Amino acid sequence: MQPFVTHTGIVASLDRANVDTDQIIPKQFLKRIERTGFGQYLFFDWRFLADGSLNSQFELNHPKMNGASILLARRNFGCGSSREHAPWSLADYGFRVIIAPSFADIFFSNCFQNGILPIRLPEEDIAELFQRASRDQPYRLSASLETCLLTDDAGFSRSIEIEPFRRKCMLEGLDHIGLSLRQSKSILEWETAHGLADSKAV
Amino acid sequence: MTTTPRTLLEKIWDEHLVCSPEGEQPILYVDLHLVHEVTSPQAFEGLRLASRKVRRPETTFATLDHNVPTTDRRLPIADPISAQQIDTLRHNCQEFGVRLFDLGDADQGIVHVIGPELGLTQPGMTIVCGDSHTATHGAMGALAFGIGTSEVEHVLATQTLRQSRPRSMEVRVDGILPHGVTAKDLVLYLIGKLSTEGGAGYVIEYTGQVIRQLSMEERMTVCNMSIEAGARAGMIAPDSKTFDYLRGRDHAPRDFDKAVARWEQLPTDALAVYDRVELFKAADVVPQVTWGTNPAQVIGVDGTIPDPANFSDEADRSSAIRALEYMGLESGRQVVDISVDRVFIGSCTNSRIEDLRAAADVVRGHQVSSSVHAMVVPGSGRVKRQAEQEGLDTIFLNAGFEWREAGCSMCLGMNPDTLSPGERCASTSNRNFEGRQGKGGRTHLVSPAMAAAAAIAGHFVDIRTWHYR
Ligand code: SF4
Repeated sequence: MQPFVTHTGIVASLDRANVDTDQIIPKQFLKRIERTGFGQYLFFDWRFLADGSLNSQFELNHPKMNGASILLARRNFGCGSSREHAPWSLADYGFRVIIAPSFADIFFSNCFQNGILPIRLPEEDIAELFQRASRDQPYRLSASLETCLLTDDAGFSRSIEIEPFRRKCMLEGLDHIGLSLRQSKSILEWETAHGLADSKAV
Repeated sequence: MTTTPRTLLEKIWDEHLVCSPEGEQPILYVDLHLVHEVTSPQAFEGLRLASRKVRRPETTFATLDHNVPTTDRRLPIADPISAQQIDTLRHNCQEFGVRLFDLGDADQGIVHVIGPELGLTQPGMTIVCGDSHTATHGAMGALAFGIGTSEVEHVLATQTLRQSRPRSMEVRVDGILPHGVTAKDLVLYLIGKLSTEGGAGYVIEYTGQVIRQLSMEERMTVCNMSIEAGARAGMIAPDSKTFDYLRGRDHAPRDFDKAVARWEQLPTDALAVYDRVELFKAADVVPQVTWGTNPAQVIGVDGTIPDPANFSDEADRSSAIRALEYMGLESGRQVVDISVDRVFIGSCTNSRIEDLRAAADVVRGHQVSSSVHAMVVPGSGRVKRQAEQEGLDTIFLNAGFEWREAGCSMCLGMNPDTLSPGERCASTSNRNFEGRQGKGGRTHLVSPAMAAAAAIAGHFVDIRTWHYR
């Protein structure tokens, strides 16, 4: 996994609550058996009109959000299905950070598996960020996992809350499975204690 | 020795905790891993690339359900990308030694229907699946939750999962459900009260008189939709109904009485403390219909479409405005005046035999409205055969319903069963998100009886006034 140390980028503001994974990546694109190439389908039903042209009304299609890599949204972002295609499509489109007051549980952990940093902030801070991002110019934020700070260049600064283990995995880009396989001895002990270990290779 | 009183969740958690390495997330052992074609290909591919094996293929079971046709199974699959996904699972199961319930298999069906039905799902287990409705299995007194594809790969490789300890929430419903009110109405009502994120970070344990009275099928309906309140899992303590349901099933423990003795220790101890408690009264619940684009946007069938102006919360208000526009509804309209074009009876929420019986009772002796296209999709091959033995298929077919093969079907419309833009559907499934059943489609979530009645009448009906024949 790509490590995450610091990231600075343009903010795309999506002023909606309860954005569900069916919107992030509609089901017709879940038939692919690859992990890559989902970015073109991100928010498909919102981004494109029925004739396939860009929907100019949709927030992400606004010229000032061109090249955005930080997504700002309202509460309960990523609710619904467990599809990891949702973070895959966000990452493939170019997002590295998502900021919202709250996230759905499964989506939240899926982000960490894919080098995306989900940041929870109180509603007032989110409101402040929407305000700052509403000006005509592209708005930039920086997220650092070294300092655990989210900052802009006009005085906004909030700390990023993150579990130490997740922070370490992100900073070092650790392979979760490899890390768990280091505990093979404990796993085998558990299996032995539960009468399951008979034929298992260590 | 005295032990601290513990909840059902704590007992299962403690039992399955493999280790908590210093500074890391705890590692939890997984007893049963269920797999389907949509969220697994990339996980198997990951194993292959790293030359890893499936640690315990004998506790891993796969089915084809999300992306399969529900029409004649002898015909080839029309969509080549769907066919490739299906073939990929077949190939992966063969290569890694995993039992697959393939399309021709008598036991094929929706993953959350076949798990309990085959006796794979048992009290006290930890169960995961790359699907958010895995919470269904909690009805048997298991800790069951949905995971992402990277975690599927993790479980395949290690038979464990990294998991932070969840908090527990007791949702207690006292009293008895009024006439005409089903488990589906109860859970929709609870989601409306708890909100779509009210359960985030919690595992819900449903308790109270109502829950004890529910059948196993009804309990599965309730636990199934826990995720719609944001909870990762829902669970119900096992009791004699659970044991009776399991006894004799294919994968039930051979020494069943010994297993029961073990399972009897699982229910939450009298003095155990939940992190949060929410109390509800069954008498307050009426048959429910969703009006918006998330399952918490729900009202009683005797109500009217709400006015967003009355929502105090800004985000709720703007969601409601968007939802009404998408759904093509105006505030103040009576729910029973809303007409439907399609009716879908199926999904892991409501496609079990009891659901089909409830719908058939409503349909018997009636005809589907000429303006409605209605279909029934049984949850599994077993449910389908059972229904046919009871003659339910004839009731549906005579009334003008389509009678399909088992699968997820129009719950998510990955296969050809979809709504067209603007079509309005009474659906027994679990999600009314924008485009869930097809781009531009409008979904109203209801119980099987309410869906059946809407098919006959052509509009929503208060099932409490239904004329059964
Ligand atoms: S029936 Fe619907 S909710 Fe259930 S597993 Fe299938 S797609 Fe998911």
